[in-house]
Amino acid sequence: MPDSNRILDILKKNEAQILTDWASEQTAAMADRSDLMNDAETRIQGKEFLGLLQTAVQFDGASDVQAAEWEPVRDMLANVSRSRALKGFTPSETANFVFSLKKPLFVHLQQELRADPAALADELWKITILLDKLGLWTTEVYQRSRNEIIARQQQELLELSTPVVKLWDGVLAVPLIGTLDSARTQIVMEALLQMIVDTGSEIAIIDITGVPTVDTLTAQHLLKAVSAARLMGADCIISGIRPQIAQTIVHLGVDLTTVTTKATMADAFRTAMQRLGTAFTRPQAKG
Amino acid sequence: MPTEKTDTLEIRSEQDIVSVRQAVKATAAQLSFSLVDQTKIVTAASELGRNTLIYAGGGIVRIEIFSDGLRKGLRITFEDHGPGIPDIAVAMQDGYSTGKGMGLGLSGAKRLVNDFKIDSSVGVGTTVAITRWK
Amino acid sequence: MERIPILRMGDVLLVTIQVDMYDRLAMTLQDDLTIRISETGAHGVLIDISSLDIVDSFIGRVLSNISLMASVLDATTVVVGMQPAVAITLVELGLSLQGVKTALNVERGMAMLRASTHLVDEKAEDAHREN
Repeated sequence: MPDSNRILDILKKNEAQILTDWASEQTAAMADRSDLMNDAETRIQGKEFLGLLQTAVQFDGASDVQAAEWEPVRDMLANVSRSRALKGFTPSETANFVFSLKKPLFVHLQQELRADPAALADELWKITILLDKLGLWTTEVYQRSRNEIIARQQQELLELSTPVVKLWDGVLAVPLIGTLDSARTQIVMEALLQMIVDTGSEIAIIDITGVPTVDTLTAQHLLKAVSAARLMGADCIISGIRPQIAQTIVHLGVDLTTVTTKATMADAFRTAMQRLGTAFTRPQAKG
Repeated sequence: MPTEKTDTLEIRSEQDIVSVRQAVKATAAQLSFSLVDQTKIVTAASELGRNTLIYAGGGIVRIEIFSDGLRKGLRITFEDHGPGIPDIAVAMQDGYSTGKGMGLGLSGAKRLVNDFKIDSSVGVGTTVAITRWK
Repeated sequence: MERIPILRMGDVLLVTIQVDMYDRLAMTLQDDLTIRISETGAHGVLIDISSLDIVDSFIGRVLSNISLMASVLDATTVVVGMQPAVAITLVELGLSLQGVKTALNVERGMAMLRASTHLVDEKAEDAHREN
């Protein structure tokens, strides 16, 4: 009988017991995580995994977990890993799903192969290698998921912190607050340009009162945003340039001569209104 | 670096440049690039494809999806057996606004992508590879 | 041979570019427009690129050329509807499309053309609106 099928044999004969023991191992390890996962869920996942494991182990020498036959197992573990990453489990807690299966399996192997120490050693080694690889795979997927989640959260934060508002018919305003790095400025640019299209606004006021410093790169990004808006048929006014920033800009040799700049957003707004030909009138006083 | 998919197209006529744009766009869409990133890589491909046709008289382009283990990338390689570029440093400096230089717009294309590699020998040909990471 | 249609609306020639243009098609458009402007004496050209999701340096140059040639023939050109991603890419490429007027859409573009053809000495005022 091929050696690897000893594992299959053990799994088949003792599935129920292994499942129970495995579940208790996991629960014991995750004693303080009962808020994130309950026994029933653990059992369901365990049963599914054992089933897939039995199928995969039939095929080859149970060593190359990257092979095609192991794909269902990898996929299942990837799902477990991703959902645990989302729930906030640590990488160890996630990998433990696989590692905690060792003890129950070892116990049964020992019972089966008590009379054959050489075979026992061999099987123990095989299971260890197999479960180690699967456990590591779980950790890898976990890392990837966490990175994706972090990237997505960063994106959402960036988007939240760069609101584009409609001040008037045809006038948009982007009050920028905080440091302008490359990623952020790009998001602002794209959001602004899209709003220009969506609202048909011809004037965009970019207010940098809340921006502490402007370096060459930031200034370039701003100028690119202005150029892009112009190509689309809209004009930008940059407002809120503080004296220090004005000095920095001149020092850096950045050419703002083609861009309209105003000291305050109020001035920028007034200019915008003038360009649109909008006038404000006061109601006549009575009497 | 494992390659997941490769498409090779010939560049022999101006129609082919349109085909290259469409092929790159389709591949970029497969990788779910953002609209801006997609536009940038397709435009860069259009620039370099035109160079291949006009400066070198034609060549081939390889469009590959590959992964370096952590992230996926779209790499487009233009190969020709044209005259080659005598001074790459100078060619990389020229811009559209100067009207001088070779008008190849290499520096412009470079700004649109994450990685830009160029190899060229006079009398042998030129290879330009651009990559945009997901 | 395939050509991009040129519509006439009074004193304005209207072109809508909807296909991914190959070089010869763009050059043909350039020629056709120049001839039509001459024939009709039109004072305005409106090019709608709102369907174009790729504008490379070649097309950019064609648009610039059209604008220049129209100007020599006493017609003002406005390019309308550039998509945000295209604008961002053109800026990154370093193409400024000097001398080409732009507007958000056909409506604004027409308004701009009407304004520019009514005023006789408009060249000075237009200069500050130009890119």
